[in-house]
Amino acid sequence: MVTRLAAAVLPFLAFLGLSPLLLGAVTRVKSLFAGRTGAPLLQPYHDLRRLLGKQPVYSRTTTWVFRAGPLVGLGAVVAAGLLMSFGGAPALLPFPGDFILFASLLGLSRFATALAALDTGSSFEGMGAAREVTFAAFAEPALFLCLVALVRATGSLSLSGMLREGLPELWRAQGPALLLAATALVVVALAENARIPVDDPTTHLELTMIHEVMVLDHSGPDLAVIHYAASLKLFLFGALVVRLALGFPFSSPWPSLGVFLGGMALFATALGAIESTMARLRLDRVPQLLVAASVLALFALVLLLR
Amino acid sequence: MTYWTGLVFVLVVVLDLLVLASSRLRGAIRTVAFQGAVLALLPLLLPAPAAGEHRVVHMVALAVGALVVKGFLIPGMMLWAMREAAIRREVEPIVGFVPSLVLGALGVAAAFTFSGALPLPAPELHPLLVPTSLSTVWTGLLLVVSRRKAVAQVLGFLLVENGVFVFGVLLSGFMPLMVEAGVLLDLLAATFVMGIVIFHINREFASLDTGRLTSLRD
Repeated sequence: MVTRLAAAVLPFLAFLGLSPLLLGAVTRVKSLFAGRTGAPLLQPYHDLRRLLGKQPVYSRTTTWVFRAGPLVGLGAVVAAGLLMSFGGAPALLPFPGDFILFASLLGLSRFATALAALDTGSSFEGMGAAREVTFAAFAEPALFLCLVALVRATGSLSLSGMLREGLPELWRAQGPALLLAATALVVVALAENARIPVDDPTTHLELTMIHEVMVLDHSGPDLAVIHYAASLKLFLFGALVVRLALGFPFSSPWPSLGVFLGGMALFATALGAIESTMARLRLDRVPQLLVAASVLALFALVLLLR
Repeated sequence: MTYWTGLVFVLVVVLDLLVLASSRLRGAIRTVAFQGAVLALLPLLLPAPAAGEHRVVHMVALAVGALVVKGFLIPGMMLWAMREAAIRREVEPIVGFVPSLVLGALGVAAAFTFSGALPLPAPELHPLLVPTSLSTVWTGLLLVVSRRKAVAQVLGFLLVENGVFVFGVLLSGFMPLMVEAGVLLDLLAATFVMGIVIFHINREFASLDTGRLTSLRD
């Protein structure tokens, strides 16, 4: 009983605790690619601590919507983490159909951030919110098609069921379709987390910013909460991609967790490599990339439906 | 073996979609060349309908011929034509990239849904063979009607031929080697003719926009 509870709780705690480390690892890989030593791996934790110690500044034009935005965003992402199966371990709250709630919670998190950005009344933040929501409208069908393809392949309606032990046999039977779905999922992960081919997380050039524009007016602990929620979201998508790509068949919790964390390190390396070797896409090319991801996921679904 | 053949078919369809989405002519030409080279593997991967010494020679000849003509000769000529005629590198679609991708995806979905209902003259070698062939032909037709540049239209024609080639592998038990060699030679000759046409359009109008052809006056 205790070990079963630990098997479910430990991955969730790893999710809450190690997400900033994942972000730090991606930054480290990028600086290694650029020939620099780079920031320490734990730098995101220090940034969060620094921001939490500051006093927030609120504009007089903002209302409670602005203050609620970061908290609702964080709450939604943590709740989505309760539904997610990390490395094949069962989720804390699995139920049939939870993948729809999972996608909706991520949407709610984005909605709260966009609403907070609009609440400042700044036309610049309104532009950022418009861009973020536009791209999300293209990314969500791709995410849903990927998840529906997984439902069709595994016959299970919950995320924990989709990502359980059966994956290696599934790769042998339906390899091409799963490969297509995993590729589409990587593209969705890049778009949803505002990573490079879609958005540059480090840029501060007004014309090209998307996600960063929306959080310009947040300061202190609010900004820390937003950064933390963003790292949690990256970890969620990473867990989905890693579990789908490396369908390792461990049944005991400890090796399974270890292999999962190794897979996440691999994911961070791949993400850093993608960000270092690719250029940002022009804004009007981004919907094209996301439609292509949807088409790949649709093709995967068609292959599985035959 | 069937697993890898399935992977080849899926790769061919993904390359179809990639051609539809690519905005640069050189990239599109290289994609079609890669598709041709991948298709050349098919006669070797698929089980021969009637095994025999003659059949093996036939299959190897078909694969090598397809690899040389589709993978190297024709794309090389097209890249050469682009360099010589100083063709600009944009594809210039009439139908945008996103709508053509969606149309392509619909065609692929339809091909995979309805191909099971088609009566075939020969036993099916692989469940993905017929839908792959139909989707490639559909993509080629889409490319021919939805692109303005003559080079892109030639690419669409090549895609149609690739689709026909996939179907031809199914029928290779009935088709003598000479017929296939003739088809490959026809393709080469057709590309030559189109190259000459491209040069003429280019010289008359100082551009390769086929839309200009409709505004001819005597």
